[in-house]
Amino acid sequence: MAAITLTGLSKTYPNGHVAVRPLDLRIEDGEFLVMVGPSGCGKSTLLRLIAGLETPTGGRIVVGDVDVTAHPPQRRDLAMVFQSYALYPHMSVRENLAYGLKVRRTDAATIARQIGSVAEALDIEELLDRRPAQLSGGQRQRVALGRAIVRKANAFLLDEPLSNLDPSLRAQARAELRRLHRLLGTTVVYVTHDQEEAMTLSGRIAVMRDGALEQVAPPLEIYATPANTFVARFIGAPPMNLLPAAVAGIDAPAGAVAGIRPHDVRVGTEGARRATVDLVEPRGPDCVLHLHLDGSNTPLLAVVSSAAPPAIGAVVFVTLPPDRLHVFDQRDGSRLGAHT
Amino acid sequence: MNHRAAPVERAETRLAWLLVAPALAVILLVSLVPIVVTAWEALHLHDLRLPWLGRPFIGAGNFVEAASDPRFGAALFHTVAFALISVPLELMLGLALAVMMHSVVQGRAFIRVSALLPWAIPTVVAALLWRFMFESQTGILASSFQTFGLVGPAFDWFVDPIAAWVPIIAADVWKTTPFVAILLLAGLQTIDPALGDAARIDGASPATGFLTITLPLLTPALVVAGAFRMLDALRLFDLAYVMTGGGPGTATEPLSLYAFIALMQRLRFGYGSALSVIVFLLTFAFALVWVRALGRSLSGARS
Amino acid sequence: MTARPAAIVLAVAGALLLAALLFPIYWMVVASLMPESRLFESRSLLPTAVTFEHYRALFDERDFLVPIRNSLIVSGLTTIVAVPVAALCAYSLARLRMRGKSLLLAFVLAVSMFPQISIVPPLYLILRELRLLNTYPGLVLPYLTFSMPLAIWLLTGFFRQLPRDLEEAAMLDGATRMRTLRDVVLPLAAPGVASTAILTFLYCWNEFLFALSFTLGPDRYTVPVAIMLFRGRYQVPWGEVLAATVLATIPVALLVLACQRRIVAGLTVGATKG
Repeated sequence: MAAITLTGLSKTYPNGHVAVRPLDLRIEDGEFLVMVGPSGCGKSTLLRLIAGLETPTGGRIVVGDVDVTAHPPQRRDLAMVFQSYALYPHMSVRENLAYGLKVRRTDAATIARQIGSVAEALDIEELLDRRPAQLSGGQRQRVALGRAIVRKANAFLLDEPLSNLDPSLRAQARAELRRLHRLLGTTVVYVTHDQEEAMTLSGRIAVMRDGALEQVAPPLEIYATPANTFVARFIGAPPMNLLPAAVAGIDAPAGAVAGIRPHDVRVGTEGARRATVDLVEPRGPDCVLHLHLDGSNTPLLAVVSSAAPPAIGAVVFVTLPPDRLHVFDQRDGSRLGAHT
Repeated sequence: MNHRAAPVERAETRLAWLLVAPALAVILLVSLVPIVVTAWEALHLHDLRLPWLGRPFIGAGNFVEAASDPRFGAALFHTVAFALISVPLELMLGLALAVMMHSVVQGRAFIRVSALLPWAIPTVVAALLWRFMFESQTGILASSFQTFGLVGPAFDWFVDPIAAWVPIIAADVWKTTPFVAILLLAGLQTIDPALGDAARIDGASPATGFLTITLPLLTPALVVAGAFRMLDALRLFDLAYVMTGGGPGTATEPLSLYAFIALMQRLRFGYGSALSVIVFLLTFAFALVWVRALGRSLSGARS
Repeated sequence: MTARPAAIVLAVAGALLLAALLFPIYWMVVASLMPESRLFESRSLLPTAVTFEHYRALFDERDFLVPIRNSLIVSGLTTIVAVPVAALCAYSLARLRMRGKSLLLAFVLAVSMFPQISIVPPLYLILRELRLLNTYPGLVLPYLTFSMPLAIWLLTGFFRQLPRDLEEAAMLDGATRMRTLRDVVLPLAAPGVASTAILTFLYCWNEFLFALSFTLGPDRYTVPVAIMLFRGRYQVPWGEVLAATVLATIPVALLVLACQRRIVAGLTVGATKG
């Protein structure tokens, strides 16, 4: 197990497209870091740079205490789980698991032993002699994990490994991943576009946009104190409401933007402002109300309990508790602090 | 470029060139050297039957001679006319065949084999076969044409300078239509069937749907198939040589055959090489024009 | 849904086309079995008399086995040489980073566009110098002029179609590029390699001009040349010519029957990628 340190790492393609701007990031030994962001933000490119599947245009990659920037993927001792699992279709599951060890000239007895223990841990023992085409999606995913684990590599790189699974299987797979991580204590770099997955899995989240790191912090910190409006709206569903500070009724630098999460908006028969209900989205345990504030037509999302939700067109009263407001700079969206 | 990562890229490039080297060496040796020699010969007077003349450099002399050589003009005309007649025919029939193959569910294998056989047969065989069928008044096709009154009673296809082209074109179309069909079929199979469904829901008849949706989307495949066929048609040799020998007289003599005769029979290596170079320039020029048209049509099809 | 007019027209047109494609072959076989006297008299489409005299003459009087053997050897040798060399080059073009890749491909394509006739004289002189005229290597070398570009073109297309992440997984597992080629790429590309080999073999089998130019005697003629030279001085012995064409077609037909999927895959590998 090893820590991964990226220093000034950047990647610009020959056609001029900047995929990753120079960034610094340190992933601690044994940490589970999730890189999340919208499509095209550079998170997959960053993962591939760490793996060695792309060469950087600038910067350094250090795994453990070895500078691997000039090393091809073969020599970095990293394991990767691809979105498509990339299982060798012409080899059995056992041969798939053994491949990385065979290439390293591990002796047959050690290979057998390691495959055995990994197969047991992942519950894929009956599948060892089957071909990937004969496996279900969930089974393939476990074999892909097994292939990474059996090599006892420095770190694991996972590229959206759950996105090809049926949604019903995903929660279970997430729990499995967390259990395995606790068990193995490996360094994990995980890429996803699903912010909920990022929140539930990670030790730390790295939010990316347009090739740059917007914020790197534990999930609850990102939720509670987002560094800018982008992070504020990307993490947390439904997304944070953003409105002019004046409309929110707080004292702030001219033109600042106030933010409040829909869960924090108080809706009731009495409150500071009148608002009209435009749409009600029932979600089961709660409802998302699409409101607009009377007078300024500012849209607002609020979450209320499903017991007796208001009807469309109804007039309600909302309160935006000042201690739940976030304040952002109007020009670059950066956080100006919480209003107290 | 990141100087730290450079060794990885350099190693990969080194391996890339290493793997390419054997193939490149073979091609350079076996293709490029002869091509260069031919081009060089084209600039010289070199008649093997007149060895005492040596091999003087005459620059564009051979090409000038070709320009005023009536036989060359005729051969050029034959070649281009042949290409312009047979290729559109092959594209149309190939399209029809492809559409049919696409809509059939049963017996696909049988159809594929039937389509592939003419293409896979040696050109020599096809030439002799079609010659046999048009032979004098008694070949099966020759006599059928007579029976249906399309030609006179003593008509010999291979004696008439224009009629002699009919078996040649027929053989070429017969042999290459399946090839075109297969290329177009692949193109048809990449078209989203939902588009056809949408057209039908919108009320389009099958013919309209085909003309306004399928055909435009098939344009890239048509262009590719047409390009390949044109390139081959301009280099016509085997069929003409075997079926008619260029006859009657030189009425069915394409450029490649004239070059062959100049080289191998009249042993005029300089002149024959120049003729070959002209054939190459013709195909090359055509390829360039076609690629330009291809680029434009593809960007049009994408929007 | 009941057949609509368009579907019926299509079916009829299709049937006619198929008949047109198959009839000449049918006729070739039928005619080769007709006695010489009946060849140009028979009006019926079905065989009225069957005889094997032409086939017997082929082997007794003309020793047709020799050209068949020559064709097999030359086509086989060319395929065996061209495909592996082209595979290495194709993998490099499909997957590895190098400058001038498109230039290289364009060069290979341009070289293959050169009319065959134009390289006959220099090749003739070169082969004569090397004492390779009328030998097997003397045909294999010229055959490489078209089989190499063909094989490179096809194999590059097939390699490109393979999913990249399988090779990436192998590299992360520690395999070098060459090892990846051997363990992962080639097994998966085997159908494509087969297609390439079949198409290369077919093109060599059918080749005429080079065989005509670089062989000097019946002991090295290939099948197309041998058939062509059956021409007598006064009359074409159609019976035997047809029998020979049938024999020349049989291996091709068998190949097509056995491998039609592979052949179609080869022909369309470039087309679908555009």
